[in-house]
Amino acid sequence: MRRVYMDANATTPLLPEVVEAMRPYWIEHFGNASSIHQQGQRARTAVDQARETLAEFFGCHAAEVVFTSGGTEGDNTALFGLLHPGDHLITTSIEHSAVLAAADRLAHDGIATTKVDPRPDGLIDPMDILRAIRPETRLISVMLANNETGVVQPVEEIGRIAAQTGAFFHIDAVQGAGKVLIDVNRIGCHVLTISGHKMYAPKGIGAMYVRKGTPLDPLMVGGSHERRRRAGTENVPAIVALGKAAELAMHGLESGVMHRLATLRDRLENGILAQIPGTGVNGAGTPRAANTSNIWFDQLEGEALVIALDLKGLAVSGGSACHSGATEPSHVLMAMGLDKTRARASLRFSLLKTATDADIDYALEVIPAAVDRLRELAPELAGTAG
Amino acid sequence: MASAPKTGIPAGHADKPRSGTIAVAMSGGVDSSTVAAMLRSEGADVIGLTLQLWDQNRLAGKPGTPDAPKAGRCCSLDDVYDARRVAETLDIPYYVVNQQERFEHDVVQPFVNDYLAGRTPIPCSLCNNHLKFDQLLRTARQIGAERIATGHYARNEYDPARSRWILKRPADLAKDQTWFLFGLTQDQLAHTLFPLGHLTKPEVREIARESHLALADKPDSQEICFIPGGNYKQFIANYLEEQGRELPDSSGELVTTAGAPLGHHEGIHNFTIGQRKGLGVTSPNPLYVLQIDAASRNVTVGPESELNRNSFTCARANWITIPSLDAPMRVQARIRHSQSPAPAWIEPSGVEGVLVTFDEPQRAVTPGHSAVFYDSDEVVGGAWIL
Repeated sequence: MRRVYMDANATTPLLPEVVEAMRPYWIEHFGNASSIHQQGQRARTAVDQARETLAEFFGCHAAEVVFTSGGTEGDNTALFGLLHPGDHLITTSIEHSAVLAAADRLAHDGIATTKVDPRPDGLIDPMDILRAIRPETRLISVMLANNETGVVQPVEEIGRIAAQTGAFFHIDAVQGAGKVLIDVNRIGCHVLTISGHKMYAPKGIGAMYVRKGTPLDPLMVGGSHERRRRAGTENVPAIVALGKAAELAMHGLESGVMHRLATLRDRLENGILAQIPGTGVNGAGTPRAANTSNIWFDQLEGEALVIALDLKGLAVSGGSACHSGATEPSHVLMAMGLDKTRARASLRFSLLKTATDADIDYALEVIPAAVDRLRELAPELAGTAG
Repeated sequence: MASAPKTGIPAGHADKPRSGTIAVAMSGGVDSSTVAAMLRSEGADVIGLTLQLWDQNRLAGKPGTPDAPKAGRCCSLDDVYDARRVAETLDIPYYVVNQQERFEHDVVQPFVNDYLAGRTPIPCSLCNNHLKFDQLLRTARQIGAERIATGHYARNEYDPARSRWILKRPADLAKDQTWFLFGLTQDQLAHTLFPLGHLTKPEVREIARESHLALADKPDSQEICFIPGGNYKQFIANYLEEQGRELPDSSGELVTTAGAPLGHHEGIHNFTIGQRKGLGVTSPNPLYVLQIDAASRNVTVGPESELNRNSFTCARANWITIPSLDAPMRVQARIRHSQSPAPAWIEPSGVEGVLVTFDEPQRAVTPGHSAVFYDSDEVVGGAWIL
């Protein structure tokens, strides 16, 4: 059976160039980047080169790039590393759980958090951030692009508020990286987090921009790696891969890959809306990451539609998987004011940058048929499933 | 696997093709895992589904509840893990379906409310009626399966002479689960397979071993799945507390059949018909709970001989071998899972009611339980005891 993957916001495959770039660093150039000998020097060179590429990707100095294990570590480091008892954090109710759960833990240490809700279209209003500012506000943490709706937040305006009020500013750019041009100086952030596996590099690697002079305590302590910002032997092959992926992402943004993806995404979206009654776009009318579409379907349960489509070869996602693998209604959609039924009946389609017209054709073939079957067998939805 | 017996998929019914995908309800136990293995070895197109019904961490740490959930109860992470491993071993698609809200609404809340009203509920029957053979079957059909298969010990055959699907007691009478299955409709029976109906438990374990299922020797679960530890009184208190509800004051008097007060009790939910322990009164002869009156809160106690009753009424009947009960009928009736069916007459009584009259008085007719009626090994139907 044909398989079409439309869940790029969950993870992406490695691009062949990325695999090729990292290949020599498993066996041939296996050295520890901290070693004095030539094997070590070879590894150090590779890490330095990747760091320079990431600096270009962020628009910062190489010394401001810190390699991490991924998005969760970056988000955790920003919060745990900047906040102390008595401080106040402003974040949003649509952040990734790597931020929200860190904020919950910090509450035990006497760090209060204000979670700003989005508008119904999924955008955070910068004025709501401003209104949440307190004298003890030390950090503002906002995501660049939302993982579920793709809505791109007005981070530059929020950055100006942070600058005016003297708060530190962290950007979770895990979903934005590679889809939206990043310039840390325009954003005005102090810390910015990205993850490799959302941008065609391996799982288990990520990077942060940390503005020079930012008093960010490390999460991991040990050796003096990463200018003492992150202890632990560098994951050299993965760092090389992330460097290559960042290079390809920059090239793609320059050459209009996102424009092409937006065209495909819009064709998918318009096709679903035209062919299937009782549908709509969550986050419509906002600036969105070009690959992401979040669509609600009346009179069905999203979880069953995800399974039905998977069995037809189309991989998409709905809500967020809880520990057992069952689906919970999306906290993002709930924060946007959707009722539980509609939040449960919403699916996320997120295209790989290698998506083709044929992929869209296939999706538009299987989705209406699957929706028909689900609705035909649906109970009167006034029932108890809520 | 060559020795594995066939599942006995009914062949005769015209509008029930033999082909088609079968969704197996997988709990992570030996029985349902073996069903999946049997169907797979016969070459059927199999999908594994696990219902996520209750979050075992929800009341964890409250009084009388283990801090961490143990294995062997439905929906513990270990059970989902086991089910998933079986699906991986068999190389079948596997999904966890979230039905927690519906389970709470249709099983847990009625369970609590029944006890508070002086009845003794059977959550397994409610779960079968509302979740396993309703929601799960619907989900299975929505995602493209024709039928579901479960690990229940029961048989299910189409009888062309009566044009009805017939539920029968299994080969292994010690494992007979038909008492919990009386609520199945004709449509549900037509779309359900019980592949273990002609096997004994040791045979099932042997098939599991031959199929290389790692859980072949996993112990059977006995307790109510959402009450780890088995203390239902504590569960009710913890659940009400979580819901912000007060445990209603249902304390009252323990009285004799003549109405003479014997002492005070703390609440009618602490009692079940036939209960002997924990009455809080001393007496030269053993005393048993004979009747629980929710209105007066009186709990009537007396000697064991007075526990026996000839006749009782029940309501909300479901009929399997017959379209409806229109005249008195000779059956064997069973008022608890552990009781052998006993000769009785059943006759219509009021609207959808059934009057049951045993030939010999039976012990502890319990409101909230069900009475299930048999004709030899066939399940005629059943109803809820008033």
